[in-house]
Amino acid sequence: MSINVLAIDDSRTMRNMIEFALNDAGFNVCLAEDGQLGLDALDGFVPDVIITDVNMPVMDGFGVIDGVRQHPLYRSVPILVLTTESAPELKQRARSAGATGWIVKPFDKDKLVSAIHKVAA
Amino acid sequence: MHEIDLADKSEGSEFVTFLIGEQEYCIDIMSLREIRGWTPATAIPDSPNYVRGVINLRGSVLPIVDLAKKLELEANEPSERSVVMITQIGSQVVGLLADAVSDILTINRNTIQAPPDLNRDPTQSFVTGLVALEDRMISIINLDSILSTIQSEAA
Amino acid sequence: MSGMEEIKQTFFIECEDLLGEMESGLMLMESGDYDMETVNAVFRAVHSIKGGAGAFGLDNLVNFAHIFENVLDDVRSERTEANASVNALLLQCSDMLSDLIVAARDDSGFNETQYNKLLGELRVLSSKDSDEPEPEGALEEETFGFMPVMLDFGMESDDNSEPQGDVFDVVFKPQPSLFSNGSSATRLIRNLCDLGDATVICDSSSLPYFDTFDPEEAHLSWKIELRTSERQSALEEVFEFAQDDCTIEITRRHPDGQSEDDWTSADFTAQNDTELEAQTPDAPDLMGADISVTPPAPQDPLVVEAPAIIPVAVPAAKANVEAKKKTSPRATPPATIRINLERIDRLINQVGELVINQAMLTECIVDTGVAGDPSVQSGLDEFKQLTRDLQESVMAIRAQPVQPLFQRMSRIVREAADATQKSAKLVMEGEFTEVDKTIVEKLADPLTHMIRNAIDHGLESTEDRLTKGKSADGTVKLSAAHRSGKIVIEVSDDGAGINRERVKKIAIDKGLIAADVQLTDNEIDNLLFMAGFSTVEKVSTLSGRGVGMDVVKRAIQSIGGRISISSQPDKGSTFTISLPLTLAVLDGMLIQVANQTLVVPLTAIVETLLPIVKDIHQTGPKTRVVNVRGTFIPLIDLGQTLRFRSEATLPTKSVILSVEAEDGTACAILVDNIMDQRQVVIKSLEDNYGSVPSIAAATILGDGRIALILDIDDLIARSQTDQIISPLQQEVKAEAYA
Repeated sequence: MSINVLAIDDSRTMRNMIEFALNDAGFNVCLAEDGQLGLDALDGFVPDVIITDVNMPVMDGFGVIDGVRQHPLYRSVPILVLTTESAPELKQRARSAGATGWIVKPFDKDKLVSAIHKVAA
Repeated sequence: MHEIDLADKSEGSEFVTFLIGEQEYCIDIMSLREIRGWTPATAIPDSPNYVRGVINLRGSVLPIVDLAKKLELEANEPSERSVVMITQIGSQVVGLLADAVSDILTINRNTIQAPPDLNRDPTQSFVTGLVALEDRMISIINLDSILSTIQSEAA
Repeated sequence: MSGMEEIKQTFFIECEDLLGEMESGLMLMESGDYDMETVNAVFRAVHSIKGGAGAFGLDNLVNFAHIFENVLDDVRSERTEANASVNALLLQCSDMLSDLIVAARDDSGFNETQYNKLLGELRVLSSKDSDEPEPEGALEEETFGFMPVMLDFGMESDDNSEPQGDVFDVVFKPQPSLFSNGSSATRLIRNLCDLGDATVICDSSSLPYFDTFDPEEAHLSWKIELRTSERQSALEEVFEFAQDDCTIEITRRHPDGQSEDDWTSADFTAQNDTELEAQTPDAPDLMGADISVTPPAPQDPLVVEAPAIIPVAVPAAKANVEAKKKTSPRATPPATIRINLERIDRLINQVGELVINQAMLTECIVDTGVAGDPSVQSGLDEFKQLTRDLQESVMAIRAQPVQPLFQRMSRIVREAADATQKSAKLVMEGEFTEVDKTIVEKLADPLTHMIRNAIDHGLESTEDRLTKGKSADGTVKLSAAHRSGKIVIEVSDDGAGINRERVKKIAIDKGLIAADVQLTDNEIDNLLFMAGFSTVEKVSTLSGRGVGMDVVKRAIQSIGGRISISSQPDKGSTFTISLPLTLAVLDGMLIQVANQTLVVPLTAIVETLLPIVKDIHQTGPKTRVVNVRGTFIPLIDLGQTLRFRSEATLPTKSVILSVEAEDGTACAILVDNIMDQRQVVIKSLEDNYGSVPSIAAATILGDGRIALILDIDDLIARSQTDQIISPLQQEVKAEAYA
């Protein structure tokens, strides 16, 4: 059974790249362009892992984390946050918000895949 | 660099030859889309004398160029036996009026000679080369130059 | 990797959108009418550009975007105030960013002086407010603590493991936060075990009794014995994400089976985040580290595979979802979809064919006489209405607001004002008017020229303006509106207006008009559109290329539009462009002249008349007028004008169509016959042929034949200019078509 990944990023380029990298690795990818649409996607898509950008319109990454952690079904789904820098305070904030891990942009395809493998049950 | 000494396909291109009066010309088959009979064209005001008008080809408006007039040869009125070659370069489609279509030939690039350098020959820019075949002398038409002059001379 | 190439192309397309958003946001900021969300949007746009650029290794872009982003971050967190000079800088930076993107896309160069200048200014702005430690400071902390020190016992010098691998003892005790952060103890243990051979022992010693048991608490811990040839860092990496949510002790066992001294990893506090790539062991600062030792389980060890009690959400039946697109759209922004333009074009053509077919069918049916039957008639009417509606809906797909196009012009205004040392601002009106996409694209160049001209030639210098009592800033106004079946776009300035004396003189000097001809103001203004006319006497920095208004006019004509000009001294000038609303369909009147069938757009027709000889007067060798209820209107002999025949038509054998141009100029056209009204599909002549004087386009009639569609405005304009062009000019024209 392949792994379902929900990827949320407002940059179309990023979404394309994630989809490209993950499809290659055999994952099922569902894409959303802002946090709210990402949460909406949970109505029809069962994620094994959620990857989310931080800065997005409508609802940002922290909103996504909140939303997922309060979701009746998916509150323990691993969430990886995409950040452009490895600033410790950002990671800390993400962690205390409930993120499981982080990926730094620009990401290396293999690192992305191994990060997913690492957290996906 | 190695010589390929098979039949000319790899070094030659295919051309369609046609007649205007007694003279034989040809164009690259890649630019030929179809061949139709002559249908009366709708005249366009102020058009150059070699544009016979426009016709409807499945919903597109195509100008018909009378090659005889363009090449400044003796031109006849088109008849039922005339042919219109529908040609395309890029996104421009134009019909070329000729008297008859004769052949499809594969012409080896090495046999193409440059046209004679006659400064006063008005057809100069429209012919890119000449090919001698048995006792025929075939001029290769530069389609690009013909199509582009249409647009620059219109209005 | 062609996949990546495609994505790179998408990136550049996306950058265009992002730049547009940036520009609108920055303009709002400049006007003072904004909120923090506006600044956020600008920040995000730059952030996204930076992210994508990083992925493709576009270093100049990344560097610039990075600092730009920092400054924007300062603004949105209100560490920096967005005053006028800051806004001006931001706008310049957005222009620079745009240039860098183009340079990256086309592999071309960019203005390095400007680049460095702006970078410097951005740095100044961002450094003066930040007292916070540089992110580099975090590096020191990275070596802090996670790694237990490797003491040299002389038996092994460092982390290199023997081929058969070492044995590690790992003690893993999750905190409750581990689970609430989506990590899974099972998974972590499994990942660890994947590194080699492992035995896992669960310590349930701290499990309380059932009555006090809280499933959200973490009571279990595990001891894992792992034989692996991996380095210790690999074990640590397993816990990379979870390190703050649990206590982990990793101990390498001495090869002879004895445990080394129990060095443990420090307890993790917020400062100890590390990235676990190739870490060299360093003497850890163990201050603040808890050295805890988990006592061996007193009871029988339970060897468990998976913790039984921790609530791990195992997703139930995984829905067979293959959706790669997002699901239900929200109500607020309308759902959009990106479509390949070719498909739309094909659809439009097909619908166009349908309309022709409908007209043909109707004609055939009418010919058979069956149309008399009421049900047939109403069926035909409905068919006609349906195809027309379909046609309109399909055309609306390609319609886009002109706003992004107008938006681009604000940069042109900035640059032009800069280059000419004038001050100018752009005002937009009706920017949400929708226009067919292909038209929007083709308007970019003409509009650019017109705006540059307006600023270069139209607007006066700031001093002159003040002397005249005008505002110091010149205004260039761009407006778009739907008007009587057309789209009207106006470019106007409040400058000095056209210097008619100068224009007339130049035209005479260049032989474009006769020296003694009398011209109305309007006619003089229109001289600007003549080929060969250009007022550039000295090359200014902008219009130096000498692109004249005739090029602009032709560009407008090539999209089926018309352009006219009006001007008032000291008040300013206005260029008016009118474009067809729907490219595809026209209501027209079929007429016949010299055995040719032509179509006259219904919107231009005022009335039809049967002429009486005495109403027609000859006013010159080639000009006639007709008396219509007391007013004399110029008469155009269509057959002669279009050179379908050489002699003039006898009015008694003709019908007169009284028509009106867009600007209201009246004219009467002499034709042989008027047939019926018809809705016709417009077919362009431009694609395969070119533009034809007095002809707008062509159409295909029910019988398959082509009929030309008259361009009334052009017809009238030409008949007017024909009368003022010098004889020399007319001869030249005639020769071109010998």
